[in-house]
Amino acid sequence: MKLGDLTELAARNLREAILRNSLTTLGIAVGVASLVALLSLGVGLQQLVNRSVARAGLFDTVSVRPRQNTPFGQPGGGRRNPRDAASDLVPPRVLDDAARKEIAALPNVLEVNPEERFTAEARLEPNTQLVMVAGMPPSSQNSGTLDGLMGSFFSGPDAEEVIVQGDMAKRLLNEGQPPASLLGKEITLRFAQRQALPPPSQQAASDPPNQAVGPDEEAMGFSIVPSEKNFRVIGVTPSSDSGGGPVGFNNAGIYLPLAVAEKLQVVQQSDLREMSRSGAADGVRYAALNVRASSPAAVAAIESSIAQMGFTSFSLIDVTRNLRTFFAIFDLFLGIFGSLALAVASLGIINTLVMAILERRREIGVLKALGAADRDVRQLFFAEAGVMGLAGGIFGVALGWAIGRAIQFATAVYLRRQGMNSPNIWSVPLWLVLGAVAFAVVVSLVSGIYPASRAAKLDPVEALRYE
Amino acid sequence: MDVSETQANGNGNAIRADKVSRHYQMGGATIRAVHEISLEVRAGEFLALLGASGSGKSTLLNLIAGLDRPTSGAILAQGRDLAGMTSEDLAKHRNRTIGIVFQSFQLLPRMTLEENVELPLRLAEVPRAERPGRVREALDRVGLAARVKHRPSELSGGEQQRAAIARALVNQPMILLADEPTGNLDSKTGDEIMHLIAGIHRPASGAGRTVIMVTHERALAEQYADRIVTLSDGAIAREERLR
Repeated sequence: MKLGDLTELAARNLREAILRNSLTTLGIAVGVASLVALLSLGVGLQQLVNRSVARAGLFDTVSVRPRQNTPFGQPGGGRRNPRDAASDLVPPRVLDDAARKEIAALPNVLEVNPEERFTAEARLEPNTQLVMVAGMPPSSQNSGTLDGLMGSFFSGPDAEEVIVQGDMAKRLLNEGQPPASLLGKEITLRFAQRQALPPPSQQAASDPPNQAVGPDEEAMGFSIVPSEKNFRVIGVTPSSDSGGGPVGFNNAGIYLPLAVAEKLQVVQQSDLREMSRSGAADGVRYAALNVRASSPAAVAAIESSIAQMGFTSFSLIDVTRNLRTFFAIFDLFLGIFGSLALAVASLGIINTLVMAILERRREIGVLKALGAADRDVRQLFFAEAGVMGLAGGIFGVALGWAIGRAIQFATAVYLRRQGMNSPNIWSVPLWLVLGAVAFAVVVSLVSGIYPASRAAKLDPVEALRYE
Repeated sequence: MDVSETQANGNGNAIRADKVSRHYQMGGATIRAVHEISLEVRAGEFLALLGASGSGKSTLLNLIAGLDRPTSGAILAQGRDLAGMTSEDLAKHRNRTIGIVFQSFQLLPRMTLEENVELPLRLAEVPRAERPGRVREALDRVGLAARVKHRPSELSGGEQQRAAIARALVNQPMILLADEPTGNLDSKTGDEIMHLIAGIHRPASGAGRTVIMVTHERALAEQYADRIVTLSDGAIAREERLR
């Protein structure tokens, strides 16, 4: 029998016992719905974590440090990247402007920025707080790092403005004031500044230097002096207890435009090491560079190239592999629990079809007398099981989608009441929709094997006698 | 062209049974429903199988139809041994070589007449476009063209049997098997059905068909059949050629 005729007859037979078949189909739908609802939450949670990590630049950022400058316990120091083994044969290099340009020229590198981080005292009378300050490149504006930002991003690369992390804002403000009330206020940063010493020939004749000096003068040595500068608060990020706030390599309490942070000439940890190592080098030396790749897939190749140049690199790609393994296992367990209901539904299909054989015994005999082969009868029962599976699968996906939406909605309401952000923890990708429907059809067909073969084996003479 | 030429095998037989037996085991006993029957039915012949209830006539008809397989012996339908056929080939034999009419009509109650008659065409995988014309033609031939959309329960017994005949003929088989076709009908309606079957056997125009009819009514057999074979206890008791 042709597929069209088979489907038509199967649909007709199913319509004849509409209540029983609808209940069986509903059983399949509930099974599929539980599968879809659980997996959609698993997928949603995985996407939430991936989004957060990707937004923070953890997947597409490589931190580069000079090899000999990496102390134990720093990223790239105690934790050695396997790729660094290859670079052991390459002589270590100074992380200078030439190296920065070389790295920037690597394929799939979007930008290379120096890491500017320092400890400072932030003051908003009468409160003071020690805070980690970081320079933020202009590209951070669109990277998603600052999702949920109150206020705005820096007005320009040289603007004397700061963005304050929500928790830090709370500490600078008096109790009870919302973090957003910090917007527009001026805060003072007090930090340790490098001041170049004049050449030895001028030292006796002139007063001690009191201005920040450029790197060219560092070869002659520098002194460290306390310095202060006022900045206007232009933005406040969400506080960590509401699930927001930037994370990543440059996590800090206060952010400055990167160019402004560089101009402050703040003493870096590496300055002292560089001083003690060699006083003869020329030009800018960086403690670390942050390299942004065009995609996470390009990170491994970039890290290898950087290792070949003689630097140490570090990224979170390897670390997040464990995260993906965890979610794969998590989804597997959710899938197994979801499938249990479908397994129960498959018993319903077997029961329905066995009942149908008893009721339609005579009809099967007539079909055989008219020329139906065993194969035709088997296929007819298979088609009925398949149609029930398809209908149950489609309805189940819709039901699962609705359940997932309801859980998402309830979670969002709960989190909002707790004063937290309500991230999307639910997702029904196309593969899940198609997979669930296909799974329902396959389970139904497997359930139909026994009834179909039993129907096919019916003796037509006996079946025609059946009353 | 002569009917017998179109439906016969090399020997001019539509059906040949050679020492055919069908035995059943019931507990420790062996029931000989049919025992070593040899029979030839010529192409275009109208054969009546006569006998009392339990004489084996319906069992023999089922064996000829390919609904059952003999315990021993051979049945050749148009020269092909049914015992050696696969179940697929037997299904094709039932679908294309023979048409069966039952005492209790055996129409599917949930389908309309049109759908019932279309069933053999579906099983034969006849193209969809061809089917409505053939269904209408078959129903027209039995005088039910106006009842195509009716369900069997909306028809009289005679009409249901006529619809069953239309279903048996829609694939244009060479052999029509009828198992007590008038058994469930009153005598007037039974006569009408027998006239219809006689018309199929020897139509006014066009090719006729071989008809093998099971009945327990001698008068009916004598009126329409060319030959009567009387069965008793699973064996042939008597053969009479009438025409």
